[in-house]
Amino acid sequence: MNYHWNWGIYWEASPEGTGSYADMLWSGLLVTLEVSAIAWVIALLIGAAMGVVRSLPSPWAKRISGTYIELLRNIPLLVQLFLWYFVMPELVPDAWGDWLKQMPDAPFWNSAVGLGLFMSARVAVQVSTGIAALPRGQQAAGTALGFTLPQTYWYVLLPMAFRVILPPLTSELINTIKNSSVALTIGLAELTARTRAMQEFSFQVFEAFTAATVIYLLLNLAATWAMRLLERRLRLPGYGAG
Amino acid sequence: MRFAPRVLSTGIGIALGLAALLPHQARADGGTLQKIKDTGTITLGYRESSAPFSYLDDNQKPVGYAMDICTRIVDAVKKELSLPALKVELTPVTSATRIPLMANGTIDLECGSTTNNVDREKQVSFTNTHFLTASIFVGKKSANLHKIDDLKGKIVASTAGSTNIGQLDKVNADRKLGITVVPVKDHAEGILMVETGRAAAFVMDDVIIAGLVASAKNPAMFALGDEAFSKPEPYGIMLRKDDPSFKALVDKTTAAFFKTEGPAVYAKWFTQPIPPKGINMNLPLSPAMAKAMKTPSDNPDPASYAP
Amino acid sequence: MFSDFDFDAILRALPYLFRDGMSFTITLTLLSALGGLLLGTLIALARIGGGKLLAMVAAGYVNFMRALPLVLVIFWFYFLVPYLGQWLTGAPRPIKVGGFSSALLTFVMFEAAYFSEIMRGGIQSVARGQSSAALALGMTGGQSMRYIILPQVLRTMLPVLLTQTIVLFQDTSLVYVLSLTDFLGAASKIAQRDGRLVEMYCFAALVYFLICFLASQAVRRLQTRVAIIR
Repeated sequence: MNYHWNWGIYWEASPEGTGSYADMLWSGLLVTLEVSAIAWVIALLIGAAMGVVRSLPSPWAKRISGTYIELLRNIPLLVQLFLWYFVMPELVPDAWGDWLKQMPDAPFWNSAVGLGLFMSARVAVQVSTGIAALPRGQQAAGTALGFTLPQTYWYVLLPMAFRVILPPLTSELINTIKNSSVALTIGLAELTARTRAMQEFSFQVFEAFTAATVIYLLLNLAATWAMRLLERRLRLPGYGAG
Repeated sequence: MRFAPRVLSTGIGIALGLAALLPHQARADGGTLQKIKDTGTITLGYRESSAPFSYLDDNQKPVGYAMDICTRIVDAVKKELSLPALKVELTPVTSATRIPLMANGTIDLECGSTTNNVDREKQVSFTNTHFLTASIFVGKKSANLHKIDDLKGKIVASTAGSTNIGQLDKVNADRKLGITVVPVKDHAEGILMVETGRAAAFVMDDVIIAGLVASAKNPAMFALGDEAFSKPEPYGIMLRKDDPSFKALVDKTTAAFFKTEGPAVYAKWFTQPIPPKGINMNLPLSPAMAKAMKTPSDNPDPASYAP
Repeated sequence: MFSDFDFDAILRALPYLFRDGMSFTITLTLLSALGGLLLGTLIALARIGGGKLLAMVAAGYVNFMRALPLVLVIFWFYFLVPYLGQWLTGAPRPIKVGGFSSALLTFVMFEAAYFSEIMRGGIQSVARGQSSAALALGMTGGQSMRYIILPQVLRTMLPVLLTQTIVLFQDTSLVYVLSLTDFLGAASKIAQRDGRLVEMYCFAALVYFLICFLASQAVRRLQTRVAIIR
């Protein structure tokens, strides 16, 4: 029952015939990065839009954004991915459904969009909190300068709000990377899935998982570091002591 | 600058984790029989959709040909240890979890459809072969897929952790087919991928595919490929490696089983209607398997089973 | 082929879904939340009041856990815990740990990192003057923590702790990857057996949504109450 350690396993050829186990993990890391990047862009765009809608004075706007946020926040990510992947293609017209299913990268795009939307609800909450945290005078100043409401948001409120919420956004970015691992359930060959494949082929459970653990820690540090750098570059004199 | 302490503290975390792992490397073990005696429990690993070997019936209870064999082994263990009250626990396993769970002591016997091959024999052990099966693919009839090359550029599913996905990966790389291989968690998910059009084909052992197709909503929509990915390979009940006393008991029990009631139990699962839907596999004992029942063997080499 | 949405398929599966699946999910959630809160509070105390080394180890643990995807941690524990048990108890062989126990341990260890951050924030937000006052009354540091600070922290942080528990409730669905029969696991087993993916996953989504939505509304109401009291 003893576990047979083999730390040299990473350099042995994998039975897939496309390189070593290290190459396998590397390909998974790339997929994790790609999916996370696309999901993050989607989360930022839709999250910002929904956050703005949520901060508008109209009750209808609040209702729409509220429904959006509650729907996405109260269903587990795994179930949401299943809904996008297994359920949606059956509910749209057959031709669209077939097109969706036969995309060669269906798991990839499904994961990116599903994860992006899931995270967008969280970003939306942060953005509207950020806008609410700004002094009321800022909006008035925008109006006084002759800006329309969209212009005030675009030139005044959003740039300020994003600076305010950069620290919480950092942890949401890290969450996006971590959550991308859930996509292994719909067949996405991301880092955790490739780690599992390495475990299944080589039977070296702990070597495979140790490598993945170290890689996730490094990703985490890299993301934190990059966001810190961004925070420092964007800091405005007179705002935030840091 | 909170950055440096963070790196340091995270490093400590990793070190702690690894330190916990290392010390137990070399330790004598008391064998599975001793374990069963000490705990009064034997744990069987079962599959959820490996019909007719090991699968869930209408009450979500595991049944099947391999489960029947395991029941005989459990009876033999009871007798051997004089433990009539031996508790039997059931744990679901997948192709991907069965080997680590066997190694880490979660399950004592794996009763399913696990291919016995040389690679796996380095990690685990197998008792006498209970079936022989080749790896093939299944697609939709309307898609007209016959040879492996017909899968070129398509999405093909196979079960994560199976020998089949390894064979598919290898053929894909060797013949440069550009297939997108999608791993699925279990066989049922694989056939559903084909049924719903998510994948063009599902690669699995022929007998598993036959069972899945037979119990599908519309069996006529599927067609099997003509080209196999492998020769017929042996299935065995899996047990832990380096455990001679337990293996001897299991080997003795299964050998006696195959020589006596083996063909009858086989017939019950492969030539008669089986639960939950009353389908009939219509797979009479092949000459090779009939030979393997007369002269039970745990040889991982497919060539040794030629009739 | 799925144009016929089969409500009957859901009805027939209801007993299994709730008796086996949902009871697993809820037991796992409640026990993990309790265990995570206990361990998390200890970790928070170690970071605030422990020695330098202890504080660093505790911080290392929290940062480590929070850096990893839950899916990876679930796999780690499922395969590793039997060996850990062997090492801790000095047993001659890996300890057999069932699926539920393994999942429970995973979630307790994982959530403790998150609960500890909540408790740490809460402890630090209680005015320093209060612990000074307690010390002036002759209480020891431990007594002031136990009788003055922690009760206040638990009360003010209750909504945040409950919100985290709702997140935990959603996260337990990830034991699907181990083929355990939680609510989602049960739904997917039926879905795959009967070829009713659309029905079962829509129903699972609806149930999760209703439970989490109602729970979070209740937490919000509680929040305003707690706020009024203070």
